Amino acid sequence: MSNTPVELHNVGKVYANGIAALTDIQLHLNPAEIVAVVGPSGCGKSTLLRLIAGLEAPTTGRIAFTSTASAIGYIFQEPTLLPWATVEENIALPLKLKVPYGGEALTVAKALSMVDMTEFAGVYPRELSGGMKMRTAMARALVTNPKLLLLDEPFAAIDEIARFQLDDRLIALWQHRQFAAVFVTHSIFEAVYLAHRVVVMSKRPGRIIGEAVVEAAYPRSINFRTTQEYLACCAEVTELLRQEVS
Amino acid sequence: MMLQMKRLLPPIIMLFLLLLAWEVIVIVAKIPSYILPGPSAVFSILIQDGGSLYRALMVTLRICFSALALASLSAFSLAFLFAQSRLVERAFFPFAVILQVTPIIAIAPFLLIYLPTSDLAVIVCAAIVAFFPILANTLHGLISVDRGHLDLFRLYRASPWQILWKLRLPTALPEIMTGLRIAGGLSLIGAVAAEFVAGSAGVGSGLAWRLLEAGYRLEIPRMFAALFLLAATGVAIFGLSSLLSWLVLRRWHETPR
Repeated sequence: MSNTPVELHNVGKVYANGIAALTDIQLHLNPAEIVAVVGPSGCGKSTLLRLIAGLEAPTTGRIAFTSTASAIGYIFQEPTLLPWATVEENIALPLKLKVPYGGEALTVAKALSMVDMTEFAGVYPRELSGGMKMRTAMARALVTNPKLLLLDEPFAAIDEIARFQLDDRLIALWQHRQFAAVFVTHSIFEAVYLAHRVVVMSKRPGRIIGEAVVEAAYPRSINFRTTQEYLACCAEVTELLRQEVS
Repeated sequence: MMLQMKRLLPPIIMLFLLLLAWEVIVIVAKIPSYILPGPSAVFSILIQDGGSLYRALMVTLRICFSALALASLSAFSLAFLFAQSRLVERAFFPFAVILQVTPIIAIAPFLLIYLPTSDLAVIVCAAIVAFFPILANTLHGLISVDRGHLDLFRLYRASPWQILWKLRLPTALPEIMTGLRIAGGLSLIGAVAAEFVAGSAGVGSGLAWRLLEAGYRLEIPRMFAALFLLAATGVAIFGLSSLLSWLVLRRWHETPR
């Protein structure tokens, strides 16, 4: 097996109620690669992440990991912070549970500083803005120093400006920690901005119908969003999706 | 502090006005105290002749808090058990409902026969009344865990014990507090109902018996004094449980006020 953090071989998922969510998914992730997944609503993008995370079992196929010592980081659609715990306690949660992180975990202080939340360490989630909650969730996902980060439309409910900032922060964190990531999003523009590769899925049952490679170097700045390369890539992904929807 | 005062002031003023109106009606209509005593007559009983009433209040309080402790312990234990297994919940929860819907006045005579002392029977009666709200609220809280939180704990391979202790219990705290607030008042109601049924006189009797006793003797001001103490006890229990809820939840939960 290669150095691939995760490989999905012919993975399919049919729920107990008979709904087929995914079929014949083939996906190989390279180390430190960001793969964005886009597709029509209900095509099984979130299911794909849940399968990789081990929160659901595939009905068919196989999911293989090369790195077992490091936990998977997961950022959900909602920040899922524990309301009774402070920012610091929320970030420390994975370290207090059974998660195996091979002694490579960051300190909570380091994770806090990575997302600029040090001064809010003792604050409860209800006192934070949406963006700050999501930054806390990012720190929590990264505190175990995972080799694979899964992100399920994490910035969907956040306003455009804060979303741009979070995109840039995610790239900065990736440059620093060099994790592989699967980023599920509804936004083609966000997918192209963040990813090395944008994978396009079909309607349910979801399967991969194409992918677009984004060659642009990191770090990508706001200027990248207005380049021909960016717009061409967005158009390519849009065309793939348009064919699927029509 | 000012906010608390502002909130307390309207009911205090209303209470004062009602008592004043009551006193004025009794004086103006010249109603004899054996028919309807004025508030002043009731308070003079509490001040001058309250010894036996206060001793009885202590007995009722002891019954009430013992019952609340017993109800809490048993309801929490069962709720934790039910939260672990749907099968156990399905098997036992209907019995808890039966216990809840059967009038305590009908259960009390059985307890008085089968339990070794009437004191214990009264405590168990009050505990039965207080039990269900704690069980129902705690169970609902324990099983109403946010799916995202549960996924998070599963992702980090939390043990069932960690999920219970670090996730389900804190999630359930607001509902546990609601259950305790309801059960506090119910334990007093249960204690009074059981004392009425037990009807045990003597130095060890509670306020409910003192109220009945005053009724038999047509000591109407004393009846009102006993009633006032019971009502004040109920308010104090509600206040204490609300304070506990506020202390536990104030930092992170939206509801405590």
